[in-house]
Amino acid sequence: MNNHNYDVVIIGGGPAGLAAAYSAKLNGAKKILVIERDRELGGILQQCIHNGFGLHRFKQELTGPGYAQRYIKMVEEHPEIEIMLDTMVLEVSEDKLVLAVNPEVGILKIQAKAVIFTMGCRERTRGAIRTPGWRPAGVFTAGAAQRMVNMEGYIPGKKVVILGSGDIGLIMARRLTLEGAQVQAVLEIMPYSNGLTRNIVQCLEDFNIPLHLAHTIVAIQGNERITGVTCAKVDENMRPIPGTEFELECDCLLLSVGLIPENEISEEVGVKIDPKTSGPIVDQRRQTSIPGFFAAGNVVHVHDLVDFVSEEGEIAGKYAALYAQGILPESYRTINVLGENAIRTVVPQKIVLDDTSIDAVRLFMRVGKPEEKLIVEVTGAKEQVIATKRLPIAKPGEMIELDIPVDKFRDAGEFVVVTSRKAVKA
Amino acid sequence: MNSSRKLSCIVCPISCSGEVVFENGQIKDVSGFNCKRGVEYANTEVTNPMRMLTTTVKVDDGELALLPVVSKAVLPKGKILPAARCLASIKVTAPIKEGDIIYRDILGLGVDIIAARDLAKRN
Repeated sequence: MNNHNYDVVIIGGGPAGLAAAYSAKLNGAKKILVIERDRELGGILQQCIHNGFGLHRFKQELTGPGYAQRYIKMVEEHPEIEIMLDTMVLEVSEDKLVLAVNPEVGILKIQAKAVIFTMGCRERTRGAIRTPGWRPAGVFTAGAAQRMVNMEGYIPGKKVVILGSGDIGLIMARRLTLEGAQVQAVLEIMPYSNGLTRNIVQCLEDFNIPLHLAHTIVAIQGNERITGVTCAKVDENMRPIPGTEFELECDCLLLSVGLIPENEISEEVGVKIDPKTSGPIVDQRRQTSIPGFFAAGNVVHVHDLVDFVSEEGEIAGKYAALYAQGILPESYRTINVLGENAIRTVVPQKIVLDDTSIDAVRLFMRVGKPEEKLIVEVTGAKEQVIATKRLPIAKPGEMIELDIPVDKFRDAGEFVVVTSRKAVKA
Repeated sequence: MNSSRKLSCIVCPISCSGEVVFENGQIKDVSGFNCKRGVEYANTEVTNPMRMLTTTVKVDDGELALLPVVSKAVLPKGKILPAARCLASIKVTAPIKEGDIIYRDILGLGVDIIAARDLAKRN
């Protein structure tokens, strides 16, 4: 076995991991290691060939690979940052010993002073949504199909039905159309799409692809290969309504039914997971419940903009570097952040106060269902209002941000509540 | 003759919904878009809608089988599919640098198609 020692070890070389590595370097870490299981850095960005990335960060619209390349170059310029490709982390122990494997050296033992989890997220599969029917070939998750079409050079089918109208499903509808396939329809079980409106316009309406809201698939047809799906309208409890069934012919079904943070490794170490986000509970420094373990990006909560993933990576990289050098300012109080009413998730879930911190804390929130004219309020333990934000529209698919100066939390008490109420029309 | 068309803006994720009112086939009023770019988008969208194109082309000798490419500027909406089909028929050879011109003046529209990333030669 090979033994190695590093200040900061980053698990996952996607946008969060790359930003974390760069930021750890800027904040004084001398030996940084990024472990990536794929053949190259960049993560999911490399298969997201569409544009629209980087408006916040680089003030221009980049493609996914273009965005990745900018960060890869930033990281590769610094000899303090080492990259291990084709390397899979098997286990991390509480004393920060990382066990990994790669085809060149076999098993590796890596000792870290600080660890950053940036493993991203995984797609929900057919099993997770329990679609009845046979088990023929031709059923893929949308992201797997995206990799096949955009990187490997295969088309998953010629007549395609897409279940789920999240952004990946919408993007794949356009992508397959451009590659010569016929997209029969996109079905969405909710009465609204979780995808961005711009994607519904550019990816569906531009190509006359029908979007059936409040519809789902009740049976998958076909023995060897999928031959079609039976669709039905659903009621307000998302149950299929008998008598509304219709058939759609297809040789491929793509599932775009949600993403789940990938936390097998972090859970094994024992970091506490937020049941609502399915990611580690973190403070504003992105430190998890175990000191020295940090997390950033989609492993914490699924983001809609990569720009914010990079931002979170930067935060985690900075504080992991300080921790590794033994200069992370000690906190004198921890405040729990609780979501309430329309606010389903809030990250960070904890705010730590120290004597030096002057930064603003940026809260990221999601609503549970679409809301109109919403007032988001952050209140302290004595119900005093700390911050307010008014939103004409809030959708579950679009993250809400709110910046609050750290000083505002000093008198907050033991917890703050992020709550919401309807704006009364003036 | 008055008529109107409702539109969702695609310039940024806020996705404003607005309306364009026509009088005798001419744009009379644009409302509901909260920024200058949105108003511009609405004006072009009802006269000559434009889109960016992103797709892939085949690569010989590359680390990957495909190279992602992007149009240097927007193309007329109706030309997106023909342009993608045109690019499906070509092949390039690695190594390639981001920004390299992959196809000059696609369909005579005056827009070049460029590489969206570096792609090294296969070892």
